[in-house]
Amino acid sequence: MNEYFRKYKNLMMLTVFIGATIIALIPLFGVLGYVVKNGLSALNLQFFVNLPKAMGLPGGGMANAIAGTLIMVLIASALGIPIGILAAIYLTEYDRHSWLSTGVRFATDVLTGIPSIIVGIVIYTAVVLRMGNFSALAGGLSLAVIMIPLIIRSTEEMLKLVSHSIREAGFALGISKAKTILKIVLPTAAKGIITGAMLAVARVAGETAPLLFTALGNQYWSRSLNEPTASLPVQIFQYATSPYKEWHQLAWAGSLVLILMVITLNLVARYAFRSRSI
Amino acid sequence: MSKKRILTTSMGDQTLRLLTLLMAVSVLVLMAWMGWQMFDAARPSIQKFGLSFITNRVWDPVKEQFGALPFIYGTLVTSLLALLLAAPIGLGVAIFLNEMAESKFRAVVGFLVEMLAAIPSVVYGLWGIFVLAPWLRETVEPGLAKWLGFIPLFQGTPVGFGMLAGGLILAVMILPTIAAISREVMAAVPNMQREAALALGATKWEMIRVAVLPYAKSGIMGGIMLGLGRALGETMAVTMVIGNRPDILPSLFAPAYSMAAVIANEFTEATYDLYLSALVEIGLILFGITLVLNFFARLLVWSVARGPKGGNVV
Repeated sequence: MNEYFRKYKNLMMLTVFIGATIIALIPLFGVLGYVVKNGLSALNLQFFVNLPKAMGLPGGGMANAIAGTLIMVLIASALGIPIGILAAIYLTEYDRHSWLSTGVRFATDVLTGIPSIIVGIVIYTAVVLRMGNFSALAGGLSLAVIMIPLIIRSTEEMLKLVSHSIREAGFALGISKAKTILKIVLPTAAKGIITGAMLAVARVAGETAPLLFTALGNQYWSRSLNEPTASLPVQIFQYATSPYKEWHQLAWAGSLVLILMVITLNLVARYAFRSRSI
Repeated sequence: MSKKRILTTSMGDQTLRLLTLLMAVSVLVLMAWMGWQMFDAARPSIQKFGLSFITNRVWDPVKEQFGALPFIYGTLVTSLLALLLAAPIGLGVAIFLNEMAESKFRAVVGFLVEMLAAIPSVVYGLWGIFVLAPWLRETVEPGLAKWLGFIPLFQGTPVGFGMLAGGLILAVMILPTIAAISREVMAAVPNMQREAALALGATKWEMIRVAVLPYAKSGIMGGIMLGLGRALGETMAVTMVIGNRPDILPSLFAPAYSMAAVIANEFTEATYDLYLSALVEIGLILFGITLVLNFFARLLVWSVARGPKGGNVV
């Protein structure tokens, strides 16, 4: 009797866990399904080459927003990836166990949990107010701040996987520590580091909140990095909350493009650069 | 080997060491600087309103009245609702993936759950406006009102845009965080524990209950706190579905406002310094809360899955 009860309970709980997993995946397919359905019908060549049209007119595109997103992600990567990798090198190669490293590691983890809109506020007060205008530079900078802790974390994990004997082999040959790190340790972990960087890029490419008051947005092409600049996520936000049907459609199309970008980056990072063979 | 060569290599060593040290320290500086920058910008508002800022429920920029209570209320209610839904489901997903699924299946489902976190917030918001909110207005909210209408939470006109929509969308967004951290700490439970339970004749569920969950408990708590932190600060999706009205109403159907949402909506429209300063102060409060929450959450997670000195993730 007791035996049956235990088996029955076991089965019931396991069913509950399977049910939880199914429930968790419903919104994923719900969101993807709607984005693909509504996005595809609104997506055409014009979307990629045209500027946005005036309120409610059909046929506009998001060419400037796509370019703006690429530019700002590029700025963020140019700043965030080297800073993150260098900091991670310090944490693994020079100083694994001191209180300073533990503190940096902890701060890194905590920083990843700070809301991204906070970064927007800080960059606004520190950069936008001082420079006197919204710009792609400020936008890229705020994305870089979000990127740095992500890169540090992933790079550190990868460097820790590099075995000590490889480093010792370098030292035994009389190669300096700096050279050993740059020419032997980093290349060994390169695949994993690239994976982490791509995931971080995918993460910031979809960020909206930190761009709202750093890059602002723009209905036209920006002629320099020091001008307000459109971005895909901000444009989607503005169109989605507008009252015009044509803009809603563009928002769906923009979402489809954005999601394709993010998922492609994720898939490529995971499968093309997958490496546990260090 | 000349002296010069030795000198230059050691100089290269010193340079790289210093450079990396500088970058590592910059993380600490960055965090402190962010706090200071916000405190500095929020100072006019802090000086003018003091504590009344968080107890005043009137937000009226035209009359220079700034009380953050409605935003704090909206943020707390939606986040707690999200936690209530996402914590059990996220834990269930983690148990399924870690303890039950075959390895191939685990890779696929694990990837899908991670994709849930990869979808940009603004896309969730778009979906919330055109799919979730209408569905809530026409199906869910009338149903809840009919069956549970005696509870104040489920009274009032179904609008679709409100705290229920905000809480639901947040639940979806924090679920992957809770699932991922729970998986990480459950993976750190030594297999011996599981084998010992099974050897004593435990069923799979009993093994999970007596051997896995108690060991991973504090880490799971940490994961849930990280999820809460994410919910509190999540901006775009909430802004798009919460209704954006600074009221404090008991009904989950009612439009409300969140701290992050008011910053997102009004920051570029703040026409005078005190207004901007008040918005920054809301940001500062959010920063403080998430900082403390993340601090303790990470302590809990580290205590299970990572050595305090950055040992390997097991």
